[in-house]
Amino acid sequence: MARITAGVATSHVPAIGAALDNGKADEPYWQPVFAGYEASKAWIAAEKPDVVILVYNDHASAFSLELIPTFAIGCADEFAPADEGWGPRPVPTVQGHPELAWHLAESLILDEFDMTIVNQMDVDHGLTVPLSLMFGQPEAWPCKVIPLAVNVVQYPPPTGNRCFKLGQAIRRAVESYPEDLKVVVFGTGGMSHQLQGPRAGLINKTFDNAFLDRLIDDPQAQAQVPHIDYVREAGSEGIELVMWLVMRGALDPKVRVAHRFYHVPASNTAVGHLVLENL
Amino acid sequence: MTENPFDDIPGTTLFNHAQSRLGFHLNQFCMSLMKAANREAFKADERAYLDQWKMTEDQKQAVLDRDWNGMIALGANIYFTAKIAATDGLSFRQIAAEMSGVSEDVYAQMMLDGGRSVEGNRSKKDKR
Ligand SMILES: [Fe+2]
Repeated sequence: MARITAGVATSHVPAIGAALDNGKADEPYWQPVFAGYEASKAWIAAEKPDVVILVYNDHASAFSLELIPTFAIGCADEFAPADEGWGPRPVPTVQGHPELAWHLAESLILDEFDMTIVNQMDVDHGLTVPLSLMFGQPEAWPCKVIPLAVNVVQYPPPTGNRCFKLGQAIRRAVESYPEDLKVVVFGTGGMSHQLQGPRAGLINKTFDNAFLDRLIDDPQAQAQVPHIDYVREAGSEGIELVMWLVMRGALDPKVRVAHRFYHVPASNTAVGHLVLENL
Repeated sequence: MTENPFDDIPGTTLFNHAQSRLGFHLNQFCMSLMKAANREAFKADERAYLDQWKMTEDQKQAVLDRDWNGMIALGANIYFTAKIAATDGLSFRQIAAEMSGVSEDVYAQMMLDGGRSVEGNRSKKDKR
């Protein structure tokens, strides 16, 4: 059967992608950011997942205000990098795993998680930057990727608790898939940041590190934290952190921390990163 | 009527139902800039391009003025206005600096120093 071996949490700051794409990764500003992922790149090269379920949000790229799915799962054969206004990122097209994706969609819907099924979609920095951070700049991504998009742009996003429970349901769904596949779940976005208005540039290291601690050791409690706390303490775009709870819900109650990293700033944002292994 | 706690956060506009309805056409205009041909058409004649959209005059003027906070007040969402910034060749950091009323250098230094502190910025009641 398929099984989830580990989870990865990471920020997905667009400027990180731009720095890589424009050959600036060795600049003093960016070097500490990429250094924080070196151990994780080695880890995932050894882990060799067959499939990554990548939880992220679309930033007005595939979904405008015409249609705003709360949870959407990508079931297509492939997903092209989106043109977000600067032209598409020069990264490989993402290869999907339609069979597992459809199995997940069916299982989750019958498990009472009403997923939106997506058969054609471009993927923006929310999905491609985590791949770049974990896999570098290969000719082709080394595994299949199932995009799982969460609305965090239009208020209200799903609650932290709903995200956590979706993660648990994803685990049940993966474990009911007959083929032997090694699956790693990525939860992306955050950490504290605000991109809009006079409070832009907000960073809250205390909140972020408490979030990391609780995500690891007491995710049930973190899942109860209401949206207002994220927006007030971690900025209007810090609400993206609820997506990390999807990843955490898909793992064991107790996990091993293979890697933890935190850095301020990357552009406007606090970068946080975890690699968590099931025991 | 109970007070909406989100209204108490200083310098922050929640993209809720009211903003979404107010800004629908403005945001959809921004969305059109995802296509290179539309970016060219917009740059060639901004006013004419904007006139194709069911936006209010205030919204069009805010776009022409690149009044980033003004656009948000009129219903824009930052991920949508970011398409205008990208069309102009501006980064998130450049427009964030403008929205918070400082130069890009001052803003960049604030971020290097650990970002804007949450102390004094949690609640409008924090401000004197
Ligand atoms: Fe994001």
